[in-house]
Amino acid sequence: MPARYRFILAILVLGGLVTGPFLVTSTLVWMEMNPGQRAQLKELIVPHLPMGALLTALGFALGLAVVRTLFRQYVQGLLRMAEHLRLMLGANRDFRVSVEDGPPEVQQVARAINDLAAQRDALMADVEAQIARAKASVEEEKNRLAALMSELAQAVVVCNLDGRILLYNNRARLEFHALAQGPTSVASGALIGLGRSIFSIIDKSRLAHAEETIRRRLERGLSANVAHFITTTASGQFLRVQMVPVLAPGEPEGGARPMTGYVLTVENITRSLEQENARNRALLELTQGNRAALGNMRAAIETLQDYPDMQASERERFIQVVAEEVGRMSRQLEATAQRFADATKTRWPLEDVSADDLIKAAQRRIEALFALPSKIEALEDNLWVRADSFALIFAMTFLAGRLVDHYEIRELRFRGLSEGQLAYLDLIWSGHAMSSETFYGWEQENMQVGQEHSPVSLREVLDRHGGEIWYQREKAAHRAYFRFVLPLAQAVPEAAQLPASAQEGRPEYYDFDLFNFQAAGVDLDRNLMDMAYTVFDTETTGLEPAKGDEIIQIGAARIVNGRLLRQEFFDQLVDPQRPLRPESIPIHGITEEMLRGKPSIDVVLPAFHAFCNETVLVAHNAAFDMRFLQLKEARTGVKFSQPVLDTLLLSAVIHPHQESHRLDVIAERLGVRIVGRHNALGDAYATGEVFLKMIPLLAEKGIHTLRQALEASQKTYFARVKY
Amino acid sequence: MTHKILIVDDEPNIVLSLEFLMKREGFQVAVAADGEAALEQVRAFDPDLVLLDVMMPKKSGYEVCEILRADPARSAMKIVMLTAKGRDMEVAKGLGLGADAYVTKPFSNKALLAEIKQLLGEG
Repeated sequence: MPARYRFILAILVLGGLVTGPFLVTSTLVWMEMNPGQRAQLKELIVPHLPMGALLTALGFALGLAVVRTLFRQYVQGLLRMAEHLRLMLGANRDFRVSVEDGPPEVQQVARAINDLAAQRDALMADVEAQIARAKASVEEEKNRLAALMSELAQAVVVCNLDGRILLYNNRARLEFHALAQGPTSVASGALIGLGRSIFSIIDKSRLAHAEETIRRRLERGLSANVAHFITTTASGQFLRVQMVPVLAPGEPEGGARPMTGYVLTVENITRSLEQENARNRALLELTQGNRAALGNMRAAIETLQDYPDMQASERERFIQVVAEEVGRMSRQLEATAQRFADATKTRWPLEDVSADDLIKAAQRRIEALFALPSKIEALEDNLWVRADSFALIFAMTFLAGRLVDHYEIRELRFRGLSEGQLAYLDLIWSGHAMSSETFYGWEQENMQVGQEHSPVSLREVLDRHGGEIWYQREKAAHRAYFRFVLPLAQAVPEAAQLPASAQEGRPEYYDFDLFNFQAAGVDLDRNLMDMAYTVFDTETTGLEPAKGDEIIQIGAARIVNGRLLRQEFFDQLVDPQRPLRPESIPIHGITEEMLRGKPSIDVVLPAFHAFCNETVLVAHNAAFDMRFLQLKEARTGVKFSQPVLDTLLLSAVIHPHQESHRLDVIAERLGVRIVGRHNALGDAYATGEVFLKMIPLLAEKGIHTLRQALEASQKTYFARVKY
Repeated sequence: MTHKILIVDDEPNIVLSLEFLMKREGFQVAVAADGEAALEQVRAFDPDLVLLDVMMPKKSGYEVCEILRADPARSAMKIVMLTAKGRDMEVAKGLGLGADAYVTKPFSNKALLAEIKQLLGEG
């Protein structure tokens, strides 16, 4: 009940109290009297009634005054104080309740409240100081790490278990930039970026396999928790990758500490691998080629020696053979010597793997993929091979899949043996015999398991291992098997757990929150602050895309985790394939000459699309830029389907009563300094800064999520004006 | 009874020596220059022993060996692989596929003859 009604009620009750007892008494007395007594009483009372009424009214007025004073002091005073308290809680922390007003009790309450507020302020100041100190130390650690990383000559990338890039150094940026093929090379660091997925650069299954290998080693307590592998990129480059796990900080709970991410050091070894291959080829030609020539000569010469009685014509032919072969050998030697470069020795990295691990991993995959039961028939103890375990397991799985598809085998058995320096891994099945042609076919084609395609064939995998494979029958047992022959490795003894003191020595630079970072896709209901954005701007030949105006420049940068990443930018001039309008040149400052030889929009748009992958687009007056992009959809096949936020509309949402929502005006309003306007990248940066300032202002309006921001934008006046 | 030897090699320069050698040693000799010709000659000539080169056009020596060994009627036929591929792996593969001997080029005529004679039970 509002205070006003309670006041009126109090007045009514007071009125009742002042008049009530008298009236009730009089009525009771009146009822008990006989008519004679009543007439007598009337005569007696009536002359005194005005005085009685006056006194009653006086009493009532007095009571009213008292109630009113009390009400003002206690009820209204407290209400006022409550408002002040709200103010202290929210908008103005420094506000204090007045202790002079009101009755002593209220003053005491006010004093207590002010004391509480003072205590709160002291606590808050303390907390803030602590946060500031912690922030500063984190910042310092970060800087130290950044400095350390940027000094490294190796490309380093840190990822969480989802493959999101959390950290990378300059070398990695350069390395991957060089890797980017074709159109994407127009964008600086288009492939690598914070929050982006490493899987676009390095094959996901290879990384998963390396991760699995490390996990297995951690479980076994092996000290070398590093995995190496070589992988090929989409552009056919070879990368040598080393993976080191990042373990969860703190004490291990019952065994190994869980892995929370990994550090990759990446090296492009395409060149050295090519050199190595050339060298190997040369070596092979020298040995095998010369073996044959030498064999021919030796046979001929020995024949000449052993059969001196041969006819002259026969002798002539044998001498001819020797002469020919000597010539052939010389030529071969010469050719090889020329090609033999001083390449550094690079080899396909083979690791020492226990055959047990290898076979069990293959078993798991085969059982999972084909529901094919399998069993280990025989396995030598401590059998270790030198192998690229990923490729080898893939090869085994591939063969198993083929057997299932073509021969409907019902069980697969494994066998691991050694002989001399060679290890034999056999895949055994019973049933139909296969033709050797079929197997030679399988050997040569690129392997495939389910949806996974391998760029190499079984033959190539074995060549890399310096191994062999063949198909053999065990007729007596009505069985057949594939035999993998691999070089034997020295058995690796299980290493003892490292002493705790050795593990302490390593500095831990990963205690900032990076590992909790998530940037999975575009979710409309996520907080605006937590999303990844691409802010972009275009320069065009004119304002009318429908009439043939074209994009001549695209500039873009990324926002991840509330930070504008200026180093992850896209900046590209585009040949519009039509003349510029002379009047537009002063605006954007781009001349015909600057555009000569630049790629056309057909090439640039797919690259830009890749740059925007998994982000929300942000632009100022986005409708204009989007129209240019959309007009090209049909021709380039590139569709920008992600949500788009427009800083012009958002500005109208935040400040509906402002007249201008031009980018420079908004920037000034929000205190953002713009450098290099009317350059697409400069404008994109400015838009990004402005957008970041807008996020908290939108939150004040109750707009927290992307969906809310899009809805609010749509409702603004500006949105209804079609461009 | 003279034993029959089939020489399978695509290099005439080695065939010349081998053919001369085997004839002089009193064997009956036939020659094939590639894998498919070798299979035909095996049918036509029915040799007791095949000298088989590994690297040949059409069908490799490995393939020929495998096909020959798959035929139970010819289980008595000896196969000697004669090749410039001299790594352990290839030797293991040749023997694994059923060759009776694996001789790496260059070889000594005497040693080869001794091997052949032993396989044919002449030595």
